[in-house]
Amino acid sequence: MLTEDLASLLLIRHFESALLDLFDRGELNGTTHTCLGQEHVPVALRGLLDPRDYVFSNHRGHGHYLSLFDDPAGLLAEIMGREGAVCAGVGGSQHILRERYLSTGVQGESLPVAAGAALHLSRSEPGQLACAFVGDGTWGQGAVYEALNLAALWRLPLLVVVEHNGIAQSTPTSRAMAGTIAGRAAAFGIPHTYVDSVDVDELRAVLAKPVAAVRDGGGPLVVEARVRRLGPHSKGDDPRPADEVAALRAGDWRPYYHDLVGAELDRVDEAQRARVAAVVAEVSARPLAGWAP
Amino acid sequence: MTGRQRIVEHLNAALSAALADDERLYLLGEDIADPYGGAFKVTRGLSTRFPERVLTTPISENGIVGLAGGLALAGDKAIVEIMFSDFVTLAFDPIVNFAAKSTTMYGRRVPIHLVVRCPTGGNRGYGPTHSQSLQKHFLGVPGLAVYELSPLHDSATVLATMLGAGTPALHFEDKSLYGGWLCRDGVVDDVFRFDLVGDLARVFAVDPDDEVDCVLIAPGGLVPRAVTAMRELLLADEIVCHLLVPSRLYPLDVAPMAPALSRARRVVVVEESTAGGTWGAEVAHAVRDVARGPVTLVHSADSVIPTAPHLERSVLVSPETIRRGVREALS
Repeated sequence: MLTEDLASLLLIRHFESALLDLFDRGELNGTTHTCLGQEHVPVALRGLLDPRDYVFSNHRGHGHYLSLFDDPAGLLAEIMGREGAVCAGVGGSQHILRERYLSTGVQGESLPVAAGAALHLSRSEPGQLACAFVGDGTWGQGAVYEALNLAALWRLPLLVVVEHNGIAQSTPTSRAMAGTIAGRAAAFGIPHTYVDSVDVDELRAVLAKPVAAVRDGGGPLVVEARVRRLGPHSKGDDPRPADEVAALRAGDWRPYYHDLVGAELDRVDEAQRARVAAVVAEVSARPLAGWAP
Repeated sequence: MTGRQRIVEHLNAALSAALADDERLYLLGEDIADPYGGAFKVTRGLSTRFPERVLTTPISENGIVGLAGGLALAGDKAIVEIMFSDFVTLAFDPIVNFAAKSTTMYGRRVPIHLVVRCPTGGNRGYGPTHSQSLQKHFLGVPGLAVYELSPLHDSATVLATMLGAGTPALHFEDKSLYGGWLCRDGVVDDVFRFDLVGDLARVFAVDPDDEVDCVLIAPGGLVPRAVTAMRELLLADEIVCHLLVPSRLYPLDVAPMAPALSRARRVVVVEESTAGGTWGAEVAHAVRDVARGPVTLVHSADSVIPTAPHLERSVLVSPETIRRGVREALS
């Protein structure tokens, strides 16, 4: 476990918690979707991605962004519509473009787009891949299957990372998905790797080889990562009973890493808490972002 | 180039030239590969000449337009053929929410070089889900342009404009035009001539700067029908009309139309769309300050498009509908 990874995990955790606090205080506009409990997946993936890869994120994308760009101020400014915002405050929480990272807010829409970026890479920059983070709920969209079919047919370097948190907004997966993600991937002849771990190093170790195969022309891969959504869908909308969420908390990466590294976690935790608090204070004081259509 | 050219051949040549000129350009669509060459044969020969970049696809309009958007995002250019424009409804999301929005929603200009070609319209007996003119549903989308194929415009020029804009475009192509002839050398037929003022084609009998009874404004697909109506109006009714045909339907550039509109007693906007929320309504609003009189709309009936030929004729705009519309506007 690198301190850098721990710092990234805790940065995302504190950033998301700060957003919920800001909402509670009425200081944020609109909506946001936090990735509390899911931070370890993008942090693990970061170790397998290259800056020349395309990365497609979704509505629950702050962790994806912060794992790749150490830029909480730019992201918070984007969410708050302040100067220095990554996308001038136009995109907001779920529409971010920076270099080869793009998030957008319509479920499933990104997969055909990612397939297109993968086609480009396969011709122009072989060895690079397009990675798309999606949720389990996204698998209700037809675009997902059109993209998987195209990606498999054309052997595109497309890495689909499913953060399977068992709940789509308020609807449990059991009420939204017939069959399984593994079965759906198999239907297209696409390899599927299931991971259920909060250990960043373990995730990387398991995924290194299948991801390398995507780069080597092996065609698409579906990674299904079991995760625990510890927060609400957006702000205060969590219909799950408290004991259910408490059980999820017990399996979170934070107690796991506390057991593993002890005081080191406390030290990094305090550093990131202070860092995020300073970012919140500094960004909140900035002038409003300027933009003209 | 010598000799007459059918519009399908002209469009095919324009696509071929565009692919030859730019090795980052892709052409995607269902059944577009040889030997079939597309449902309307617009892409015939192209997959043979450019096998790596002319890709026949599964039946997945949402997927292939999204994929084309991904190519464009990554710096390539893409043209997608939607076999029948009716099916572009299945690609509404990648067009409106991805391709068009991405050009500005990230707070800065992001070029998206994407053209979605849509064989469109009726008069072929294909029935309610294969005959519509859906242009109107794509008007007023920020970052999205709507063009239409015309027998008066050079498709290579129009294609280059659309692909060069950096914002996505839809190219509606009236299926009834494909087998017809491209107008060249300023000649429409033995009565009418035409010229081009930028993107705007003007059809006239004697002089485009004459005072006339009526100016018709129509997209390219209506040119043969409008010209037939204008001939009848001229020879049988002694009503003199000019026809204005912009290649880009939206956003509409009114300035080049203004002189002609100011010299006409009436303006009639013609299109094949069914009634309600039409392009004509948009045009009428846009030209309200330059037109001398009221603007009249001529379009198809408020109806699905029936299959049986006599029923289809009863719904769609025809030369007779246009002639009647002009006479009523002037009466």
